[in-house]
Amino acid sequence: MCTVCGCGAGETKIEGGEREHTHVSPDGTVHTHSHGHDHDHHHHEHAFGGDLDYGTGPARAHAPGMSQSRMVQVEQDILAKNNAYAAENRRYFDERGIFALNVVSGPGAGKTTLLVRTIELLKDEVAISVVEGDQQTSNDAARIRATGVPALQINTGKGCHLDGHMVGHAIARLRPADGSLFLIENVGNLVCPAAFDLGEHHKVAILSVTEGEDKPLKYPDMFRAADVMLLSKCDLLPHLDFDADLAEANARRVNPDLTVFRVSAARGEGMGAWVDWIAAGLEAQGARRAESVDALKARIAELERQLAAS
Amino acid sequence: MHEMALAEEVVRIVEETARRSAACVVRTVVLEIGRLSSVEVEALRFCFAAAARGTIAQASALEIIEIPGAGTCRACGATVPMDEMWGECPVCDGGVLQPSAGTEMRVREIEVV
Repeated sequence: MCTVCGCGAGETKIEGGEREHTHVSPDGTVHTHSHGHDHDHHHHEHAFGGDLDYGTGPARAHAPGMSQSRMVQVEQDILAKNNAYAAENRRYFDERGIFALNVVSGPGAGKTTLLVRTIELLKDEVAISVVEGDQQTSNDAARIRATGVPALQINTGKGCHLDGHMVGHAIARLRPADGSLFLIENVGNLVCPAAFDLGEHHKVAILSVTEGEDKPLKYPDMFRAADVMLLSKCDLLPHLDFDADLAEANARRVNPDLTVFRVSAARGEGMGAWVDWIAAGLEAQGARRAESVDALKARIAELERQLAAS
Repeated sequence: MHEMALAEEVVRIVEETARRSAACVVRTVVLEIGRLSSVEVEALRFCFAAAARGTIAQASALEIIEIPGAGTCRACGATVPMDEMWGECPVCDGGVLQPSAGTEMRVREIEVV
């Protein structure tokens, strides 16, 4: 593992990635390193004839209060580092009025098809870039590129989720335009991606009607972490026993604040409401950015006024 | 199996803390893991042993303090124990519970020599 940024030298591959790359840490530090490097661990030398004897205290005794060991308070969130990367990504998006969505589901719920259809409906109105997370292959990025928008594939190897650090690299590579839509298709997995903030504005969970109505109850973490749920493949409902109302009710038992859309990417039904929701999100991001730009301008004007007066 | 990613992060935090406190060896690593945190404790133990190999924490004992889950009812405001990420309030019989404790995943402290 890289000791500065903590990125694993393991199996994660970013398309077109060279072995050596540069990081910008949340604190602004930039460092470049090559993967497959020797680990820079901290080594201690001890003059115990090569042995480590932990029972040998100053008085060679184990009397209470004489132990050599001491407790060091840590009190650190295990995900603190990921969350710092995610916060950095979110700041990047907010400063540029970019609207970012993290699309999550089990494998086969129709994430890529839904994204392709969404992109086709929106690409004439807004710039879009896409990050595709899969353990292997760049098939999904190729499907997205066929729509004409840029996509970057991240292969996580044995990794079961994308993390904030990988998405930071993807942002640097894709350079999404100001005011654009940034779509992240997470690894197909209803468990692990729930815990990892990527810096998105919303997690969008997809549940297809060919799954069970009780999936939100079986995998509650994801449906709690999401604030939008798309019930996908709804064109198949006439052929199935699936109770869409029950599925929606189950999702709301886990998360009463969920916004739910019933959609069919294949037939287009329900896609209008979903696309309108995205458009509203983009507009809100644009307004937020304009607000912060206005605030900055006001601050500059105030400083200039003070300078002129002094 | 995001426990492997979490275990690697734990080892990183432990290595960093040990380095800062000029420790030679880490004897114990104490974690706080909430019951609602989606972490499988046994899987985390297994992954920690693998992730710690070859590091200053290699021979350390992993102590996991499990934090019980609790939630606040969005309807009546009662605080009640929770075993799962979602549930209905037993006090007012039906209000949705909002988890308020048991989602933590923290490195509390380490014992070093």
